[in-house]
Amino acid sequence: MERLHWVRHRCRTLLAGNPEGGWHSAPDDLPNKSFLDAHCSLHRVRGKRRSVFARHGPHRQEYDTFSKSYKGNAIRTTKYRLLTFIPMNLFQQFHRAANLYFLFLALLNWVPAVEAFQKEITMIPLLVVLAVIAIKDALEDYRRYLFDRKVNNNVARVFCGKQKAYNDQCWKDVRVGDFVRLSCNEIIPADMLLLYSSDPRGVCYIETANLDGETNLKQRQVVSDLPLQGEEFTPESFPSRIECENPNNDLSRFRGYMEHPSGVRVGLHNSNLLLRSCTIRNTETVVGIVVYAGHETKAMMNNSGPRYKRSQLEKRLNTDILWCVVLLIIMCLTSAVGHGLWLKNLKDPVFGVNTDTSPALAGFYVFWTMIIVLQVLIPISLYVSIEIVKLGQIYFIHNDLDLYNEQLDSRIQCRALNITEDLGQIQYLFSDKTGTLTENKMVFCRCSIYGVEYPHVENARRLEVYEAEKNKAADHSVTLRSGCSAKSRSCRSLSCNRSSVSLHTLTADSEEEDEQLSNQIQARTSAFCSRMAKEVVPDPELVRKLNWFSSPLKEASSGTPSSLELAYITDFFLALTICNSVVVSSPSQPRHVVPEARTPLKSLEEIKLMFQRFSFPPFSALSTFSPPQIRGSPRNFTSRLFTRGKTGSFSPTANNATDGSEPGRDNDMDTPKLRCILDFSAPGEGGNVAQVEDDIKKDDIKDAKTSPDGPRQEVEVDSDSDVDDELLYEAESPDEAALVHAARAYRCTLRGRSPESLLVDLPGIGSLAVQLLHILPFDSNRKRMSVVVRHPLTGQVVVYTKGADSVIMDLAETSKGAEQAQEFHSHIKDQSQKHLDSYAREGLRTLCIAKKALEEEEYEAWLKRHLLAESSIENREELLLDSAQRLETNLTLLGTTGIVDRLQEDVPETIEALQRAGIKVWVLTGDKQETAINIAYACKLLRPNDRLLTANCGSKDACAAFLKELKLEVQCGQDGLTEAPAAGAHGESSSGSVSSFILVIDGQTLDWALQEELKRDFLELSSRCKAVLCCRSTPLQKSEVVRLIRDQLGVMTLAVGDGANDVSMIQMADVGIGISGQEGMQAVMSSDFAISRFKHLSKLLLVHGHWCYSRLANMILYFFYKNVMYVNLLFWYQFVCGFSGSVMTNSWVLILFNLIFTSVPPLIYGILDQDMPAETLKGVPELYQAAQTSKIYVPHMFWITVLDAFYQSLVCFFIPYFALTGSDVGILSFGSPINASALFIILLHQVLESHTLTWIHGLVLLLSGGSYFGFVLLFSVSCVTCSPPTNPLGVETLQMSQPLFYIICAVTTFTALLPRMLFRAVYSTVHRTAALKSSHVEKVESENYRKRMQRWNLSHYRVNRLPVCADNPGLEPSTASVVS
Amino acid sequence: MMASSYSAKDEDGHITVTGPGGAALRSKKPENTAFKQQRLPAWQPILTAGTVLPAFFIIGLIFIPIGIGLFVTSNNIREFEIDYTGVDESSPCFNCSQNFSWNSTQPCTCSIPFSLEQSYENNVFMYYGLSNFYQNHRRYVKSRDDSQLNGHLGSLKQPSKECEPYAKHENKPIAPCGAIANSMFNDTLELFYNDPNGTKVLIPLRATGIAWWTDKHVKFGNPGDGLNLTAEFQGTTKPVNWRKPVYELDSDPLNNGFINEDFIVWMRTAALPTFRKLYRIISRKDNMVPTLLRGNYTLEVVYNYPVRSFEGRKRMILSTISWMGGKNPFLGIAYITVGSVCFFLGVVLLIIHHKYGNRNNSADISN
Repeated sequence: MERLHWVRHRCRTLLAGNPEGGWHSAPDDLPNKSFLDAHCSLHRVRGKRRSVFARHGPHRQEYDTFSKSYKGNAIRTTKYRLLTFIPMNLFQQFHRAANLYFLFLALLNWVPAVEAFQKEITMIPLLVVLAVIAIKDALEDYRRYLFDRKVNNNVARVFCGKQKAYNDQCWKDVRVGDFVRLSCNEIIPADMLLLYSSDPRGVCYIETANLDGETNLKQRQVVSDLPLQGEEFTPESFPSRIECENPNNDLSRFRGYMEHPSGVRVGLHNSNLLLRSCTIRNTETVVGIVVYAGHETKAMMNNSGPRYKRSQLEKRLNTDILWCVVLLIIMCLTSAVGHGLWLKNLKDPVFGVNTDTSPALAGFYVFWTMIIVLQVLIPISLYVSIEIVKLGQIYFIHNDLDLYNEQLDSRIQCRALNITEDLGQIQYLFSDKTGTLTENKMVFCRCSIYGVEYPHVENARRLEVYEAEKNKAADHSVTLRSGCSAKSRSCRSLSCNRSSVSLHTLTADSEEEDEQLSNQIQARTSAFCSRMAKEVVPDPELVRKLNWFSSPLKEASSGTPSSLELAYITDFFLALTICNSVVVSSPSQPRHVVPEARTPLKSLEEIKLMFQRFSFPPFSALSTFSPPQIRGSPRNFTSRLFTRGKTGSFSPTANNATDGSEPGRDNDMDTPKLRCILDFSAPGEGGNVAQVEDDIKKDDIKDAKTSPDGPRQEVEVDSDSDVDDELLYEAESPDEAALVHAARAYRCTLRGRSPESLLVDLPGIGSLAVQLLHILPFDSNRKRMSVVVRHPLTGQVVVYTKGADSVIMDLAETSKGAEQAQEFHSHIKDQSQKHLDSYAREGLRTLCIAKKALEEEEYEAWLKRHLLAESSIENREELLLDSAQRLETNLTLLGTTGIVDRLQEDVPETIEALQRAGIKVWVLTGDKQETAINIAYACKLLRPNDRLLTANCGSKDACAAFLKELKLEVQCGQDGLTEAPAAGAHGESSSGSVSSFILVIDGQTLDWALQEELKRDFLELSSRCKAVLCCRSTPLQKSEVVRLIRDQLGVMTLAVGDGANDVSMIQMADVGIGISGQEGMQAVMSSDFAISRFKHLSKLLLVHGHWCYSRLANMILYFFYKNVMYVNLLFWYQFVCGFSGSVMTNSWVLILFNLIFTSVPPLIYGILDQDMPAETLKGVPELYQAAQTSKIYVPHMFWITVLDAFYQSLVCFFIPYFALTGSDVGILSFGSPINASALFIILLHQVLESHTLTWIHGLVLLLSGGSYFGFVLLFSVSCVTCSPPTNPLGVETLQMSQPLFYIICAVTTFTALLPRMLFRAVYSTVHRTAALKSSHVEKVESENYRKRMQRWNLSHYRVNRLPVCADNPGLEPSTASVVS
Repeated sequence: MMASSYSAKDEDGHITVTGPGGAALRSKKPENTAFKQQRLPAWQPILTAGTVLPAFFIIGLIFIPIGIGLFVTSNNIREFEIDYTGVDESSPCFNCSQNFSWNSTQPCTCSIPFSLEQSYENNVFMYYGLSNFYQNHRRYVKSRDDSQLNGHLGSLKQPSKECEPYAKHENKPIAPCGAIANSMFNDTLELFYNDPNGTKVLIPLRATGIAWWTDKHVKFGNPGDGLNLTAEFQGTTKPVNWRKPVYELDSDPLNNGFINEDFIVWMRTAALPTFRKLYRIISRKDNMVPTLLRGNYTLEVVYNYPVRSFEGRKRMILSTISWMGGKNPFLGIAYITVGSVCFFLGVVLLIIHHKYGNRNNSADISN
């Protein structure tokens, strides 16, 4: 079945593949497609595009011809239909080798000469297995069916041609070419082209959480050039033809054009497409035309179903099954030869039947008979059992409370169902850094502008406080959040009140609806807008400078910034504010609405002029600036500002009056007030951080604080008044959000965004509308993003660029201007670089902000080419990239930022535990080397006395030499160490007393190291190192490294990551783990397991991995044991029945013995057994190593098990044999005690092997035993002539009424189990196993825990009483060392 | 099943289109139950010398007395066995064994004298024993028709093809069909007590009560009402090797036809190639006199059954039985052996426990 799944998946990817070829890719994949999709042959022939016409438009004819071949919107994800279920299911099941084996046996039994049992009996195993799987499939399919039905019957409003109106229709009836009208919060039923939006600017917001889990809103744009903007759209007269690509699964790409009747073609791209299963947000009504429906939508094509991987253990298992086959053949051959010889020596016996067959032929027949008789030896049911066991294990992993994240309300997701035990064998762990080890919750930490560093001491302290607080105030944050969401919910319902009607049609329960909404908002607001990120304490120095022009009194004081610096600072913050794609929403407003773009006050004209003066368009003009010259102007400027603010607060009309006021006419009386406001508000925001424990209190405070400037705001910006602190920023990346919040702390607030403009508050200036010309979005190749705006003050076209330091530094070339300017620039650059380095050393993420002012002509020229690129259909991406790169040159470096990305909780502990467990942890990151090393220190991957080997080579040869050198060094180092830590390494290698090597390698060197010639050196070197850090590595490199280690060392690898850049690595590793964090769902989608925190890894691997592995390994061994043991009983009997293939048991009992009576205990064993308690496994990670090197399931264990089974079967057969030999015992009476004792032995053997026994075990064992005796007794009473030739009538009842039966069973059972019992006892006594240690450790552990809890309670109590103490990290509950 | 239903949900791989209408409103927090968190109270059977040791001693203490009991019981059983195959020329049945034919009308008789050293109390069971006779051969075992033996009329006339090649003879269905019935043991054994005063006293042998109750009353049955067997078996023929048809096995109608106990006993195939089957019971007449006095006896055999061709042996066994069946010292010895081994191992474990267990304890304390 797996194979089939795989094939299906393959086909689908092939079908959807359509690599990067676009329209003109090689046509050789056409045949693939056509055979897979016969329906679509019509338009396949037409090429790789589809034409869409409006269904009720003027082109009815064309519509009919084209749309016939397009799929409808009904989806069917079920595999079977009701009528064809049985044949289809059987067909699928017989793809399994195991079932074929059963079938072969069943058929073999129909050959008269070979026949061993009644014909129907050999069918039973097959039928049972088929039935079990068929039931499972049917249930799954039924579930899918219900789901499909629910989805298909969702209602959408579709334009109906006859009534010329939008009518309610089920989703399944929607067809390509239909017009669908959707309201806010409705789900998009099919992939549609956006044709109309109630939004005047023709945008529409969608939430793609259903698709990729990203919770931020994406903006979609009405197809440009549509003539009918603004008014209600008339579908019946939609004349245009849409040409687009054939369906594919690329969510981020859509190409095509719309051809108007006039012949004008308008390019279509991804931002015009509304994807199925996304939700419309913040837009009242949209209308779209369906272009892909049903299974052809991108959402459905991306739906590849579960992943199938083959676990390591299963591969090993197969070799052992082969051994079983060998064993079976040997046994059958023995019987065949034995029978031949026996028959040869036999002359004319009375009991002979068919004595005329030659011994050789009879032997040949017996061979096949024996294959039927001994069929159980091949544990085919093992595969089914393993599957069931793994489902059980997954169930428990999924339900683990420790892997549940309270904040995100997310459990672990198990996407791969059949590699649970691989978790227990991980030897190498490859981890991404950002978002995996760290929170990926960026908090602005410090910045440097104009070459001057602002350390933000207060802010740093706040972060510390926050950290300390975080652990304690988990519940507080919850209340905070819920409070926030309650608010946002209310406003949401305000904004979308009209849509609530349609919501009711979707689901009857509007209560649920609300709750769901609030949940989503809650999730979203908590995603990037954590309290911590929002509340940045500004650096006082920077505040002073920024406010300098508004506070003339400080003019005289020292450190007066030059005007140039001021301009830098202003530009810097402006860039922070606008150079992003952040969507702003405030609870009281739908987020897309820009607060009514107030026309800039007339007084601003002057300000602009002034600003232009100390702006620096041509840098050659630098020399003309002199501080005294402009010193006056800021004062005037501020005064003017001030006047405006002041007068505004009294009467709006006074604004006009200030226009005429002279710069010199300051209103002295008002000056202090403004300063007061500024000063007050600045600490105010940071100040309440310490007291945010209580959101109500906080609100009160805020109200109190905002009241002084209330009047001003009321008049000037009516919507700001109480919204001020409630703007919600939804950013695509956490960095962006952090920067916007940081800017906001300096009162540079992004207030609103529309496609054409941004509304920005600047300190002392007020709201400004910044005309947005272009956004050149971030991409990982450019490593930067830019916005092109018209500067609000200077009116120039300005490009603001934000990006990785390496890139920006290269692009920030000194202009060809005057020498002085050049010198000045390089000075700034050097200073900034210095700061960047120091940031990186502190583990901060660095970004550079740069700007470039464009001449109008320059801009025009660029614009022309850019538009060309935008409208092109072919190579659009490349052209856009080109265009962006053309623009982003000769930048002027404004400054740099350092953003802290804090470690996730318990990361150091987790890493330490994993290392102690013998897992080598590699960190593969795209970050800078310094940052990576610092994070490595922070998370204790690196320890103070570790030796750092840094590999940064400039060339391949150097790299080769360097690797050799390092290898030598490591060798020397290790040789010196081996003697000393030989003993200590076992238990305390991780304690830090032994220094070990850490390799740090950068991307370029890694590239060389991964090449064929250097591979081996690199491998050897890295395998000797405790850890390896790869910095600046690309996604491809990450996967290359994983592949190298996995294939060359043949070890079990695990990759963990959270972003799209980790996908290849996750897919490459044996076990891929995705962290569902801040960066969307790509990693999760490609992973086998998805967790929400890095720390969950330790429980997942150390506990669940260990358990799953040991459970499964033990279960498999037990299965082999059970089969060998039971089958051998039959084999021994052949020695006394002339190798004729007789059995001494009723054939039903024989078949059901494995199938029913002893089948459940191993499953329970495989699901529930715990060889060690969870606390021990967590506390002593070294225990993990046993499984890692597959110590439990090794070849010799298999043979020991088989030998034990041989012994037990010998005992179990020959004790009854000797006890009954010579007596008048019948065949079935002879088998009865043998069978009963075999059952006892098999069940008790399991008890011996189990590490834990719960009531479930007890129950199952009892039921198993009970079912056997029940069945056998019932059978022997009721079965009069059935089951020839082994009619059981009266056998068991008679046997069990005789004491001899019990006497035999007792001695047999005990003797059979004696050696194993003895071995276990002696072994665990002599080798004091970890199992014993564990119970001891557990004691210590619980003691520790009790103490910790006491301490924690104490500190908690104190914190509650004295909030001041919260600052003191010393009171944080100390994590006591776990095991000595 | 819980598990599989869970997986089904996870496996369907849908991109959830339910959106706000979805039902995923409950917190996804797993339930904190002992079962789901795998914290069920569990007994950890960690086997160590210390814990296993008492069990070994106890088992030793239980097994040895049982073994002695069994051994004594087995020894108290009187058993006498005599081989009358007639392999040796000196043997009285040598002649009979030499010229054999299934269809000889002239019965060959031989008498074997023997003497019992001890008198037999209680009921004495008389067995015939066969060696090297593979009644458990697969094809042999199969070769019967239970339905016919149960008295099913259809099967009587149309025997199952399992009986082949003994299903039909001369186009008449064989009753009872099959190889087992065909090869039924047909020697007649009679026992005479040679009274010291010279007279031969025929010892009365009881031919009923030797088959299982269920076999006689449930499993086997004559066709029809069983009153007129000759008529019921009309149209069938006797098995090839038989001398007389099945309805003439006994004069007693309750022991005739398919419910003839000798036949039933034969039809319960033996498990091992050397076996005995109950032939007759010598009931005890009164409590004062032993069932079989010690002294000389004569076994009179009507020698019909050929075993020489496959080197089989025929025996006559006289045995009393106890609660544990016939004489078999093996179980007693096995119990005694296992019990002693347990005891010995217990001592070994005690030593191990002293050597290692204490060290562990002290380590525990020091920690």
